[in-house]
Formats: sequence, structure tokens, C-alpha cells
Amino acid sequence: MTKTRQTDVAIIGGGPAGLAAAIAARKAGAKHVTILERSHELGGILQQCIHNGFGLHRFQEELTGPEYAYRFIPEVQKDPGIELYLNTMVLDLSSQQEITAIHPDFGLVKLQARATVLAMGCRERTRGALSIPGTRPAGVFTAGTAQRFVNIDGYMPGKKVVILGSGDIGLIMARRFTLEGAKVEAVVEIMPYPAGLARNIAQCLEDFDIPLYLSSTVTTIHGKDRVEGVTISQVDDKWQPIPGTGRYISCDTLLLSVGLIPENELSQAANIPLDAKTGGAIVDENRETLIPGIFACGNVLHVHDLVDYVSEEAEIAGEAATRYALSKADADAKANERDKGRKAQQVVIKPGENVRYVLPQRLTPGAEADLFLRVTQPMEAITLYLDGVMLARKRQVRPSEMLKIRLRPNHWENLRQNRGDLDGKEISLTAALQPTQPTRLEPETVRGARP
Amino acid sequence: MGTKTHYDVIIIGGGVVGTAILRALSRLQLKIALLEKQVEIGWGTTKANSGIVHAGFHSTPGTWKAKLCVRGNAMFEQLSDELDVPFWQNGLMMVARTKEEEETLRHYYQQGLENKVTGMEMLDAEATHRLEPNLAPEISLALRAPSGGVVAPFELAMAQAENATANGAQVQTGLRVEDISHTGDEFVITTDDGNTWTSTYLVNSAGLFADEIAKICGLEIEPIIPRKGEEYLFDQSVSDLITHTIFPVPTPKSKGILVIPTAEGNLMIGPTALELPYKDDVTTTAEGLDEIFSFTQKLVPRLNRRDIIASFAGVRAGSPTGDFIFDSSHSGKAIHLRGIESPGLTAAPAIAEHVLKMLAKAGLPQKEKPDFNPRRPKVIRFKELSDAEKEQVIRENPLYAHVVCRCETITEGEIVDAIQRGARTVDGVKFRTRAGMGRCQGGFCTPHIVRILARELGVTPLEITKRGNDSQLLVAEAKEFLKGGKLHD
Repeated sequence: MTKTRQTDVAIIGGGPAGLAAAIAARKAGAKHVTILERSHELGGILQQCIHNGFGLHRFQEELTGPEYAYRFIPEVQKDPGIELYLNTMVLDLSSQQEITAIHPDFGLVKLQARATVLAMGCRERTRGALSIPGTRPAGVFTAGTAQRFVNIDGYMPGKKVVILGSGDIGLIMARRFTLEGAKVEAVVEIMPYPAGLARNIAQCLEDFDIPLYLSSTVTTIHGKDRVEGVTISQVDDKWQPIPGTGRYISCDTLLLSVGLIPENELSQAANIPLDAKTGGAIVDENRETLIPGIFACGNVLHVHDLVDYVSEEAEIAGEAATRYALSKADADAKANERDKGRKAQQVVIKPGENVRYVLPQRLTPGAEADLFLRVTQPMEAITLYLDGVMLARKRQVRPSEMLKIRLRPNHWENLRQNRGDLDGKEISLTAALQPTQPTRLEPETVRGARP
Repeated sequence: MGTKTHYDVIIIGGGVVGTAILRALSRLQLKIALLEKQVEIGWGTTKANSGIVHAGFHSTPGTWKAKLCVRGNAMFEQLSDELDVPFWQNGLMMVARTKEEEETLRHYYQQGLENKVTGMEMLDAEATHRLEPNLAPEISLALRAPSGGVVAPFELAMAQAENATANGAQVQTGLRVEDISHTGDEFVITTDDGNTWTSTYLVNSAGLFADEIAKICGLEIEPIIPRKGEEYLFDQSVSDLITHTIFPVPTPKSKGILVIPTAEGNLMIGPTALELPYKDDVTTTAEGLDEIFSFTQKLVPRLNRRDIIASFAGVRAGSPTGDFIFDSSHSGKAIHLRGIESPGLTAAPAIAEHVLKMLAKAGLPQKEKPDFNPRRPKVIRFKELSDAEKEQVIRENPLYAHVVCRCETITEGEIVDAIQRGARTVDGVKFRTRAGMGRCQGGFCTPHIVRILARELGVTPLEITKRGNDSQLLVAEAKEFLKGGKLHD
């Protein structure tokens, strides 16, 4: 039978999150780190992202995806303390951190980790998830699939393209297809505002005169063998197509850029509780999930718009996983007790008004940590409050741009003044419109305005 | 074709019925062939079949449907075992919510008894909900038939064709029959590639197009009624909601909209039953989804639209008489199967038996082959193997360690095997292996499957199609559009 190998920190996934987590784990003192990567190379999805714009925050440089990946890959490759399993698919993860994987030469691989970092990334939402009516011809691709065809395999999946959804990959692919000599007829977005980064709207659509239709969606796909066209319609404020607004656009390809979903099948196999809003695990400031010793980072935890933040998050997870693994080495029974106490003490943070999600969802009282959050709609002039304590003001916020807010000692002091002992309490984070703004929410005014 | 082969029997149509007949004939010392116009077997009505192996209480006693359905059902266990096709006897439940529906349900129970359906029972509300706790609380009575099951219809058609081929039958896909003439002692069939095929006997199992083939043979018949059905498939994460296939009390036109736990483990809801003048309208519609969803939510309220991962539609061959029709022409030497609507999948092996009897009557000699092998070699389904078996298959072929479709855990080894068994297209691989059928719907694996198909078939990725004809996935090599220096036309 397969012999079980041991490791201090197992990292599932060798993309940007896994790479940064591995390096951080070694720096924190892990003697033996194992990366399990299903592809034949490291770097994950960055390898097909040949456009630039990566690393502005972290390296103050504009790098391509592969260049960003190669800021990490050589360090991982030359480190004898990091064991690399490429072409390795993890089939199962137990809550006791037994990992089952397969490898073409080693067959079935069993690994027992002291700490595990989940870094599996995410996948794209599909047509099925949207149930777009019509035929099912060739020529309907998710934007990422099209990106792989063009950038890795060297083939064009279409010449006349409509893109549904204004997510970043869709915008990038609008530009990519245009530069390849294809014609992008339209980008269609169901929301009244774009889903992607403002810089991508400018650099990928506006610069190439590609029309963006907001509050619109694809209502029918036409074509028997291959896509021949799509009907797009305007939608009402409940996102339902408005009858009579349908317009036919001739095209041979429909790309979908309608969102990303963290890929958490393994996390579910290990019974790790997930956050319905993020689609990823519920974690604390160390990116530790509710199963002690299992950590998560990158797009498997929540979908990021910038890889720079992925690296940062992965470093937190990699370092914390190492601390856990080394402490676990001392005395297991004691460590288990400590784990329980630690989790019970944490404060739970809930997204409040105008906030879609906040991460981490749990904090150890007093922890100086960055909060990452997304708002529910574009807003101007807001103040962010954590349980009544003001954290920050923002001039302009959009759901597409993740906000990062530092939680400092004075915030904790104020929270304690308001709530006393914080252990195990639940507090909520809200994005409030600033009181200085003329506001519709004034209760007296509303009441007075009614007949 | 170089030298002309004369066949004893030629079957037109490679659906689940045509391939069942082919397999039954392959037991005999005969030269037989099957012609299918689609690129692959099972791509007509079979592909979108709900996969239900009916118990037989739906059909009016004395009809072909009743007889052949009950007989076919009894044959499925052995058939699925011999052919290694996923078959799950999950049982059927027809449920009633009102006093009126309860009356109808009792009628079906009686009908089932007359049709000799085994093991049926009537369950009160409590017993029903004990078995299926997620059924709507209003459901007051259920007719349960434990002999009912589900099978993967496309795999069954494929497996029948593969097993028949292994026993000497010939299968030709991608050939449409254009003309049929009879010289007095043989049929001459002209296909759209200009070739002719000759046979002594002919079986028309062309499904939706059986009326057109019958007309070419000179029969005066009522046309097939095309009946479209849409179906919606759920993610495997909600598979545990329901175990039995749930039927409402039927309407005159159809068995109604059902909740079906498929043999592959996904829940499916559908189908609609819309009579249309078209045989090729396989579009899904917003209305169809609304109809199916609002109907099935009344059966299983916990179904959630968000969990739908795929939708599809098929057209079935509605019978002008309401029963299966077995016509013959040319002194019984040509047999025409028409209106093989539900429960045609269940009845398929019994239909094959019946067709063999008809052919025997018309003079076809039926001498068993001494070396007939009823078993199809076991297909490796990696995900279902034990750890030790996984280790073993990887050692024998490292391609089984490369997971191509991660949602369904389908390996490159399985994909190469599917291509060796006849897959020529991305959908052909998908329907044989389930690669691309999971929650990401081919997002990750499509580029890999295209590459593997191109490699194994010795063609460029540009030639790989989704499902034959003009359904290419890729249109040009990168930079091709830029040659000549012009940015789009």
C-alpha cells in the first residue's frame, strides 16, 4: 500500500497564492513545505494572463502575468526545503489533513500535513448557471477558456465576438481579440455599472471603441452548429428583460465573463465551513479556517481583483500555517485545547448595510489586521463603521474594487469602550453614506414627503 | 467502399432502439450494418432522453407499449450488467395532491396490476414522506414501483453499438440515407456520400425521420408528431434531495414534468411536451424553464434555480396512434418502427426481440453465433475505483493520473479510451466520459480535450468540432487575421 509522507506545511495549488504561501512558510521556519500542483508548471492562471498591469502595488512595476509569477517561481524551485509535486491532482483532503493525490510516476500519493494551505483558485461561472435560452452551438466560451485558447494554444476561437458580462477577464479578452484582428461587437452588462476595474474599462474598451451596453443581457443564443448571433435586451431594475427591447447582433462567438466562483470542493470534503457571500472558507486574521491547522488564501478564499493582494494574503496564511505546524509539533493534546480556546475568543464580523462581504470574517480581539471588503453598489462619500466605530472615509467605492482597511489599536480601544469584553461577540461592518451629504434617508423628511 | 458487401440486414438509425436491434442481430450468423446520419451514435432523440426505465403502469393494458415496456424493464438488469452501463433501480413514484388525483392514481395502480408490473405499492402521506422527506407536504398519496430505474441513455446506445461491433456488426455514422429501391431480391440504399448499400432485409429505426424513410419505401402513412422537451440539470451538490423518480399524475399528452435522479447522479427536471412542426428545434426557452421550474417546485419545494448547471432540449417522435407502430413492407422484408415515444427506451431490448420475430417470419434465418460475446469490456471510470485500483491503473497507464475534467474527475486515460471506442468530437468525449458535464461545464477541460482529440486523431485542433458538421470550436490560428496587415474587415 502507498506509504504516507509527512510534511510541515502542505500547499494545495501552485498559482500565485500557493507560491507566496510556500516562500512565506519557509521564511517563518518551516523545514519541509510541499506544493501540490495539478498542472505541469507553477504559476497557475497567471501563465495565460500575458497582458500587463500586474504588480503595481507590490513591485511598483507593470508586469505581465508570467513575469509576476517568475518573481516567485525561481525562489520556490531552488529551495531544497520546498518539495514540488507537479502534475499532481489532489483527490481528497480530510479534516485531519490527510491528503490523497495522484501523480503519473508515483501513482497514489498520501500526505499527512501538520498544517495545510488551500490555494486552489477559482473557476468561471457558465452559461448553465445563467440558463440563457436558445440553441447550444459551438462558439460559447467562458472568457478564461478563450484566453487559454489564444494565449497558450495559439488558436482563435472566433472572429466576431459578443461578450456577456464586464468582468475583468472579459474586458481583457475584448482587447486581446481586437489586437488579434477579430471584431468585438459589444460588451453587455446586466448591472447599471461595469463589473470590472475602471482602468480596464478605459484601456480595453474605450481605447478600442468597443461599445458597452449597461442594464442589458443576452436573451437568446442563435445558430445550429456554430453561434450565428445573439439577441440582447435591456433589463428592468429587477434584472428581467424588458419585452420589445430585443436587438439581434450577428456574431460567431459569445464569451461569458459573468463572475468567478472559488473552487472549494476539497474544502467541502474536509468539512470546512464556507461563507455563502464569498464562496470561500470563513477565516480569521491568520486566514485560518474553522478547522484548526487548515488555512486558505487567494481566489479560493474570495475572488480578488489584484494579484498583489493575493500574494499578501498568501504570506499571512503561509506564515501562520508554519507557526501552527511548529507549535503542533510540541504536544498535540495541548495544542488541541489551545485551538478551541483561540476560536471561542474570536470576534465574528458580519457585513452590514451596503457591504457585500468582509474578510476575514473572524478576528482575535486586538489583532492589527487588514480588513478586505466589497460594497454592494457604487457609492460616493461613504464612511465605514465597525460596530459604530469609524474606520475610514472613502470618496468613491465600487463593487468591482476591493477595499482594504487597516484595523488599528485605537479602533480596538473604541470597540472595547462601546462593547466591553469582546470575546466571542458578533459585530457588523457598515458602509454609511456620510452625514454631511444631502440624504434621502432622513426619516423626518421621508415621512413629511408622503401625502 | 471498394468491394461491395451484401448485408443480410441493414438498420437505418443509430438511436437506442436501432442499436438494440443491431446488438440482438449480432448474436446471429448474419452480415449486418447500421447507418446513422449523425456523426455519432445516439445523437438524435436518445441524446436528450430522460433516461427513465419505466415500470409499466403508465401504459394502457394490451398495447405494445404496455407489453414491451414491462418486458424491457425485466431485461435491464442483465443488459446493463453485460454492457457495463450505469443503471440504478431507484424506483418510481407517482404522486397525488387532491382527491381527484388520488382517484387517477388508483386507476394507474390497477392498470399496473393488469400489465403485470411487479412490486407496486400505494403509500399514504406519512409513508411517502418517510421515503422522500423533501416532497411537498400536500402530497397525500403515492404509487411506488420499485422496478423502475434510471439508465444513461446515450451510454446504453453507445454500448449496444460497441458490443455489436465487437461481434462483427458494422456501424457507419455520418451517412444520411437519400434513397431506397428494391430490386426484387435486395434493397439498394443510396447514402449522401454517393455510395450504395445492399441488403436482403431492412429495419427502419430512424426515429423522428422514420415516416420519411417509410415514404421512400412506398408506404402511405401518417406523419410523426415531433414533440419537443426541455430539460434542466442540477449540480451534484443537491443530488440527495430526492431518490425516486417523481411523476405527477399525467396529462393526455405526456407523463408530465418530472424530477429525475439521473444514473450519473445529478437531479434533472423536465421535460416539457410541446408539439411543433419542426424536427430540429432543440432550443431552450425562458418560458420552458419557467414552466418546468414552477411545476417541479410544487413537487419538491427545495429545488433552487441557482443550482441549475445545464439545460438542453430534444425532440421525440410522437406516435399518431398513441402506441408503438410496427409496419412492414416488401413482404415483411422491410420493417418500419414508428412513434417509439416514451417508454421507448425501456422497451428497446424488447422491441429488438419483437423485430427479430418479425424478421424470422419474413424468412430471415436465425442461427446463433457460437462465439457471441454478450459482454462489453469494462470501461474504467477512475473516480469510482478504490485507492488500490487507482494505483494499479496509473501504474499500467500514467495517463490515468492526469485529471482533465476536475469537476467530474475524468482522466486523460478515460478520454483516450473514449476516442479509441469511437469518440470523434468534444461532445462525443463528453457523453462517453462525462468530461465537461460538471459544474464548470467544460470551462477548464475543453482546451485539453480539443488537444487530446487532435493528437489521437492525427488532425489539427482547427478540425475538432463540438458535435460534427460545422461546429468547429476554433476558427483560425492566432495572428491569422492579421496577415495582410489589416485590423478586422
